[in-house]
Amino acid sequence: MPATVIAYIIRRLFAAIVLLFVVSAVTFSIFFVTPKLLGATPETLATRYVGRTSTPDTIRATAEKLGFYDPVVVQYWNWVKGIFVGADYDYGPAVEHCPAPCLGYSFRTNQPVWPDLLDRIPVTLSLAVGAAVLWLLAGLAVGTLSALRKGTIFDRVAMGVSLAGVSLPIFFTGLLSLSVFSYNLGWTAVGGAYTPFLENPGEWAYNLLLPWITLALLFSAQYARLTRAGMLETMNEDFIRTARAKGLPERTVVVRHGLRGALTPILTIFGLDVGLLLGGAILTESAFSLQGLGKYAIEGILNYDLPKVMGVTILAAFFVVVANLIVDLLYAVVDPRVRK
Amino acid sequence: MSHIPEDSLDSGAGLPFLQVRNLRVHFPTDDGVVKSVDDLSFSVERGKTLGIVGESGSGKSVTSLSIMGLHKEGAARISGEILLDGRNLVGMDREKVRLLRGKRMAMIFQDPLSAMHPYYTVGAQIVEAYRVHNKVAKQVARKHAIDLLARVGIPNPKSRVDDYPHQFSGGMRQRAMIAMALSCDPELLIADEPTTALDVTVQAQILDLIRDLQQEFDSAVVLITHDLGVVAELADDIMVMYAGRAVEHSTATDIFNSPQHPYTWGLLGSMPRLDRERSERLQPIKGTPPSLINVPDGCPFNPRCAYAGRNGDLSFTERPEFRDIGGGHHIACHLPTEDRHHIWDEEIRPKL
Amino acid sequence: MSTPKPAGELLSVTGLRKHFPIRRGILQRQVGAVQAVDGLTFSVNRGETLSLVGESGCGKTTTGRLLTRLLEPTSGKIVLDGRDISHLSMSAMRPLRCDVQMIFQDPYSSLNPRHTVGTIVGAPFRLQKVRPENGVKRAVQDLLELVGLNPEHYNRYPHEFSGGQRQRIGIARTLALKPKLIVADEPVSALDVSIQAQVVNLLEDLQDEFNLTYVMIAHDLSVVRHVSDRVAVMYLGKIMEIADRTSLYERPMHPYTVALLSAVPVPDTSRRTRRERIRLQGDVPSPINPPVGCRFHTRCWKAQEVCKVEEPALAELAPGHRAACHFPENVGGSV
Repeated sequence: MPATVIAYIIRRLFAAIVLLFVVSAVTFSIFFVTPKLLGATPETLATRYVGRTSTPDTIRATAEKLGFYDPVVVQYWNWVKGIFVGADYDYGPAVEHCPAPCLGYSFRTNQPVWPDLLDRIPVTLSLAVGAAVLWLLAGLAVGTLSALRKGTIFDRVAMGVSLAGVSLPIFFTGLLSLSVFSYNLGWTAVGGAYTPFLENPGEWAYNLLLPWITLALLFSAQYARLTRAGMLETMNEDFIRTARAKGLPERTVVVRHGLRGALTPILTIFGLDVGLLLGGAILTESAFSLQGLGKYAIEGILNYDLPKVMGVTILAAFFVVVANLIVDLLYAVVDPRVRK
Repeated sequence: MSHIPEDSLDSGAGLPFLQVRNLRVHFPTDDGVVKSVDDLSFSVERGKTLGIVGESGSGKSVTSLSIMGLHKEGAARISGEILLDGRNLVGMDREKVRLLRGKRMAMIFQDPLSAMHPYYTVGAQIVEAYRVHNKVAKQVARKHAIDLLARVGIPNPKSRVDDYPHQFSGGMRQRAMIAMALSCDPELLIADEPTTALDVTVQAQILDLIRDLQQEFDSAVVLITHDLGVVAELADDIMVMYAGRAVEHSTATDIFNSPQHPYTWGLLGSMPRLDRERSERLQPIKGTPPSLINVPDGCPFNPRCAYAGRNGDLSFTERPEFRDIGGGHHIACHLPTEDRHHIWDEEIRPKL
Repeated sequence: MSTPKPAGELLSVTGLRKHFPIRRGILQRQVGAVQAVDGLTFSVNRGETLSLVGESGCGKTTTGRLLTRLLEPTSGKIVLDGRDISHLSMSAMRPLRCDVQMIFQDPYSSLNPRHTVGTIVGAPFRLQKVRPENGVKRAVQDLLELVGLNPEHYNRYPHEFSGGQRQRIGIARTLALKPKLIVADEPVSALDVSIQAQVVNLLEDLQDEFNLTYVMIAHDLSVVRHVSDRVAVMYLGKIMEIADRTSLYERPMHPYTVALLSAVPVPDTSRRTRRERIRLQGDVPSPINPPVGCRFHTRCWKAQEVCKVEEPALAELAPGHRAACHFPENVGGSV
């Protein structure tokens, strides 16, 4: 690997780390500084841990132990430290050790956040990756065909449907498909069930099929439009004319020369979308009652359970940054001009 | 209807490799029918070079794309005949035309940077061109690609074969394009403005290369350009096009030494020349090229022609026939022979 | 009405350099520079046309951008009409934009498609807050007429015009503030041959009428000979040869100039066999690591050892004729 490529990778990695810190700082500020600005005192925050019935003294003591009186910077530092080396929470009678990566304890359940997140990652991961494969294939196929048949009935119908697909909200398409395919026709699983892939791949897919399709419908619509626009541009490039002049079969021209050229910008957006989804597909998970990260976040929000929300947010940010990094590196693979 | 007797331009023995007869390429658009090529006939023999000269919109590039069958299906209405080695390409099954493309006829384009795929190595693109028409192993094709790169003058072909187009200089890229076009030994090579995007010293190298290769491969070459200097370097015959039609067609020597059409005079007068004393003033053609949707009645060149008034109203009402004025020299002009000779000798030649 | 020709220097350039840094590695440290323009010295007199010619990468376009101060020079001095403009800030440069104007190559991308011709040509008045005597509209119409366009087309949009007409619009805009110096970057190379001649003639007529001073940037040696009073041949950021037109074209001294001239295709078939050609090998080297010594030595058929080590000075080998070569041609004045 040439030195320039290594330098490129290191630079990207470095940028990703910096970005993560920035994101965490911003997230931290949003969840811990904003309430303060809105009038929350350390005591009201501590109340969330110990409950309203506690005496003011207990509350104050808890606030003290949780570090709510410290300056924000110190609190942030402790929080970051928790992620890297773990933290000890002193609840008075007992000191609980929260091993790294420690994202704090849920206000509600008093359970550490990280193991909860770990439980839910496979669900969200299965949902996101499965849907991503579906929508990428569907989007690329429909988009390419639309571009090649620009202005025909196929193109118009496909683009009309995809406009609808982009516009229709998940909770509508999700609930509708659930009621038709699961409850009425009984073809697919009713929501809520999740079987780990390693346990039973067939069951895994069967349970996730409907959520995949629902989620993929939304995204494939957008990808079909992107692919169509990209293909229309690429197919007008000079190198396409060259490929035809060589006598290549049209299929080779379209796939090897056209699609390959149009793929780069789609790749960028794909990486970001998958990264975002890994942080939780809130609507889909809710509609199909999947115990994923999105559902977890929603619970956190509804209960004003800050550590939960914070945990999902930072994990989501992590996924987005990592996805971005992978896209950057893939760029160098796809487009030799980037490697310079 | 044909304006040219079929045997008029190919006086030599044997059938010309490429014959174009009464070619029309029309594009229906919302504003009307764009008549990009209208009743065009010419032919090229093996081992000969035909230069097609014209300005933008003259139909020269559309002609070349029609020969190659590269117009989008349905977009262009093509009629007439394009005979490649006696077989008519117009109306031929698209798949059959595809199998001829790259094998028996190949094309070089103007801008080698945009004409090569940025994501594949130069070698891969040549290998691809070779393997479409020759069922050989990848390694064999790669060896062939390296040989071709060496033949077109690329140093270190063994390592350059794995470079990407952006790693080549402009001249090297055009050499690689030529290597790609030659990969299957085509009998017809169409070069569309092959040197326009290149620097003048590199242009000279590429023109030399095309000339050498033609002698080696004995192919028929169609050279399309706006630059009269470039055709003078390579062409045996020259056809001057204007508004989708041929206005003059003869040997290169004739075109430069005794051009007979006012448009050709105009082109020669417009360009400053290094081989003449510097003139005080260029003699431009007035006006601008016509719209191909509303081509002027009569002679399409009449609004810009300084001599259109000399034929009564003939130039404004009747399309001049493209006819032989002796020795295979064809023009489409109403001016009587004596007038033409007189104008050329007295008015045009002294000013060039 | 033609103004009497005030003689003397309008523009003087000394040791002009522009290096574009190249950053590499993890910390993006500067590891080198594209030496786009590397020490130019020349001057332009009032009312004359100086052309900069050369192949791509020779730095002619960068020079044009430096002269109009669209770029800041790395070092060197640009004096316009007695005033040093080398490092003027954007705001200090603004009033001087009346004096220096630029004509661009591509008449398609250099005109804003959403503005009418009137707005485009009138823009300099607005930007410089100049109020023409009879109002902007009248002034614009006069300008349109001057460049051979119909003044009634004031309200039309650029796409309604052909390439040649657009270039005329660009020229009209350039002339609005009666600039002292016009830098024209390949003004005709995007145009068809017949239209090229119209625009060349127009530029010459305008020069005669307003005593304009042009710096033309071009690659077409035939056009350059036609329009220029003096010509500078550039190669890899340096001037190889500079002379008045006749001297340069009839007695080129630098081998590079000789090669350039011999490479120009000529519309005459009889020359095909007769002509003694000099064919340069290879391509122009990269301006990142230009050859040491004479920059042309890697492609020069006359190169000797000395050319690889010692850079020849741009010396005056005949009156008004300078060339940077250890072994110049046509010296001794016997031609």
